[in-house]
Amino acid sequence: MKKKLGFYPGCSLEGTSREYSESVISLAKRFDIELEAVPDWNCCGASSAHNLNKILSLALPARILAQAEKAGIKEILVPCAACSNRLITTQHELFEEPELKKEVEETTGMSLSAPIRILNVIQFIQEYIVPELPNKKVNAFDKKVACYYGCLLVRPHDILQFDRLEDPQSMDEIMKTSGAEPIDWPFKTECCGAGLSLSRSDLIGKLSGKIVNEATERGAEAIIVACPMCHANLDMRRPVINKYMGKKLNIPVLYITQVIGMVCGLSPKDTGIKRHLVKVNIN
Amino acid sequence: MARIGVFVCHCGENISATVDCENVSERAAKLPGVVYSTDYKYMCSDPGQSKIKEAIIEHKLTGVVVSACSPRMHEPTFRKACAEAGLNPYLCEMANIREQCSWVHEKSETTTNKAFDLVRMLVEKVKNNHPLESIKVPVNKTAVVVGGGVAGIQTSLDIANAGHKVILVEREPSIGGHMSQLSETFPTLDCSQCILTPRMVEVAQHPNITLYTYSELEHTDGFIGNFNVRIRRKARSINEKLCTGCGLCCTKCPAKKIESEFEQGLAYRTAIYVPFPQAVPNKPVIDRVNCRYFQTGKCKVCQKLCPTGAVDFEQKDEIIEVKAGAIVLATGFEVKNTDFFPEYGFGKYKDVINGLQFERLASASGPTQGEIRRPSDGKIPEKIVFVACAGSRDVAKGIPYCSKICCMYTAKHAMLYKHKVHEGTPYVFYMDIRAAGKNYDEFTRRAIEEDGAKYIRGRVANIYEKNGKLIVKGADTLMNGRPVEIDADMVVLATAAVSCEGSESLAQKLHVSYDSYKFFAEAHPKLKPVETNTAGIYLAGACQAPKDIPESVAAASGAAAKVICLFAGSELTREPIVAKVNRMPPPIFSTCMGCGMCKEVCPYQAIDKEEIKNRNGETIKTIAKINPGLCQGCGICVSFCKSKSIDLEGYSNKQVYEEVLALLNS
Repeated sequence: MKKKLGFYPGCSLEGTSREYSESVISLAKRFDIELEAVPDWNCCGASSAHNLNKILSLALPARILAQAEKAGIKEILVPCAACSNRLITTQHELFEEPELKKEVEETTGMSLSAPIRILNVIQFIQEYIVPELPNKKVNAFDKKVACYYGCLLVRPHDILQFDRLEDPQSMDEIMKTSGAEPIDWPFKTECCGAGLSLSRSDLIGKLSGKIVNEATERGAEAIIVACPMCHANLDMRRPVINKYMGKKLNIPVLYITQVIGMVCGLSPKDTGIKRHLVKVNIN
Repeated sequence: MARIGVFVCHCGENISATVDCENVSERAAKLPGVVYSTDYKYMCSDPGQSKIKEAIIEHKLTGVVVSACSPRMHEPTFRKACAEAGLNPYLCEMANIREQCSWVHEKSETTTNKAFDLVRMLVEKVKNNHPLESIKVPVNKTAVVVGGGVAGIQTSLDIANAGHKVILVEREPSIGGHMSQLSETFPTLDCSQCILTPRMVEVAQHPNITLYTYSELEHTDGFIGNFNVRIRRKARSINEKLCTGCGLCCTKCPAKKIESEFEQGLAYRTAIYVPFPQAVPNKPVIDRVNCRYFQTGKCKVCQKLCPTGAVDFEQKDEIIEVKAGAIVLATGFEVKNTDFFPEYGFGKYKDVINGLQFERLASASGPTQGEIRRPSDGKIPEKIVFVACAGSRDVAKGIPYCSKICCMYTAKHAMLYKHKVHEGTPYVFYMDIRAAGKNYDEFTRRAIEEDGAKYIRGRVANIYEKNGKLIVKGADTLMNGRPVEIDADMVVLATAAVSCEGSESLAQKLHVSYDSYKFFAEAHPKLKPVETNTAGIYLAGACQAPKDIPESVAAASGAAAKVICLFAGSELTREPIVAKVNRMPPPIFSTCMGCGMCKEVCPYQAIDKEEIKNRNGETIKTIAKINPGLCQGCGICVSFCKSKSIDLEGYSNKQVYEEVLALLNS
């Protein structure tokens, strides 16, 4: 039976991280899961809205949730770490505080009847991919990898109750099932510089540089991520990083979905592996 | 016919400022059954009390209502006054028109009316009072002390020196507790063992103290003055009477790689072992889980070596039943030693240790003979980072409380390190320096100013190993949150002080309440700090909350004083406010049906079944029986009794109905 899940791509997956989107969709397809995008979805508010206006920061995700509800979606996959964080936080806050929910519903003009299940990409893989993986696996990703979680993936911890906050393990476990050897390293949740990528790109050299350098020094052959922002900073900003570090760091940065896709025999086109700025020499 | 006297107190202006006391008194005089009523400025004063006494005699009063403050304040005063005038003290009641009226309302007619209503209720109640006699309970003058750390030792010695018998029960093979593991103590830097071991020896030699080590309290029942305590003496596998403590048995034990509990895993011990050289009793114990004979059935090397034939593999646990008048809990605390801070790498990196492990490293009797050497390679560390509040005061980690001892021992650690490794640099990450105590702040200042400990106010984000160094990343919040990175050789985490393993089940066994962190709860945080809610059970030391040595000892002596007070008389006097099952002449005997519901709900195990027998010894009826010594008068059984067969003395259903009816019939 074909499984159907809601899907909220968000802006990154339509833009700088198309390969993330491509790999998520092809992977789902490979596992007989149909992803149905939320109709007429809008911006989640990401990093700017909650710094500016509380109601706006809730109204934007609230509208997405309402649109999803209208489309009959009960469970939704949100691959971007920032998007899933905003959606989960908003849903939690609104259903905890009826007054606030009322105010936000008045702002959006749309109401929410019940919470829906929001999955981040790790939860999606754990639940729908890992159990089937042994049947679909065609080769192993026998590389030493550094799993980089970034700041948002396992947060908000008190709502998600998922993985360890400061020393997460879930991605490492998933990579083990893909045949990879995750290294033990201390920078799993170190700051990559996030949104400063645009306003203070010089800082990315320092912050992301430390991460890329540490992964390389500890013998990793690839860095595995699950967040478009992390990917942009570790991959796209590599020239800035290399300049700051004064060395040439070649380690590729892969989305976890790309790695599992490769293990399951998806083509480079399906996984979007050719789209990276730091060349991926792994097949 | 009732002859009630009403005495309305002004309490200076406390009552009279909002209640018209004269008016209350005048109206009370007209109530049916009231033969005398008056008001006075201070009813609790000597002249006030005399007024009551004189009125009782002059007007032949059969009941007294003092309308004044809360009975918690002056009920004993007025009841005593009544008793002195020849009236049974339980025929005196108080109407609380201060806390429940004058203090909480504005001055108005309504306020006065309420005060009068309160008086009226009590007048109706007191008409139904009957004389009660206080209950006498005999006291067994033996105390059981649970836990042989410094608190348990102090309590035991104090009680024993007052001439009473003490049974000290310790779970470990030796008494001494955490204090015996410490190197030097703040704020004087005197050697912990040097001041503790004489006390340990004193306990062992005291004629009034019976010491049961390697033993646990298994069961208790009974009540204040009359507890029955069952103690399990775990099989030591050594005949203590034959053993001379020569230590020969430990020398050839083939199981040598067992992590020593006393050394906090920093050294090994054998399967037959004495936990530390100054142990009391200085008799070994066989750890059956790790003993080769118990695991494989072959070995018995220790038995062959023992010159007195003391090793006894067949020894069984022994159950000892004792009777005691009081129980003191002194079970202490533990420091958290798990990886609940995965980002700090405790358990992952050998050189990240906790405060108690550092104590062992700094101790002359420790695994390094007091030299500060790091566990991984035995090198002398050039930089040590001490992290205070590693888990304490951290809501996210579920421990919002302050562990209290860490600020001081961290300063001490920094000092000890500096005293032993002059060229070394101690760094301390802290949130606040909490050094409230005699000579405490001076001590931390000394660590900073004289010994050059570098204090950084901020928290540590993570710790990781790189090129043989431990990289400690944190923030300096006094420098605007500037990130700090220190490449340390060793890290010491002041992990949170938590309640002992097993404290919850112990509390449940003894019916002692405990808080959400499983520390035992005192009866009152200020005025009853060493008592529990269960009469006759007291608390000493850190089983109640994190405490340092001086505080533990003070609490221990406090608990001992309470026990000594209890043992001062041969019997106990208790308030007769207890539940009673009604009894009537045959053939009914009682309206109780013996359903046993009251027995189920009684939180004090005060209810049992009683069989009423005829002359031939045949059971006619089974009814509930309440032990007045155990009953605390909570009244839960009264509310559960389906046939209304139980009444609370002094608060009978009839009395309460009459109070309520008085209010309704105004």
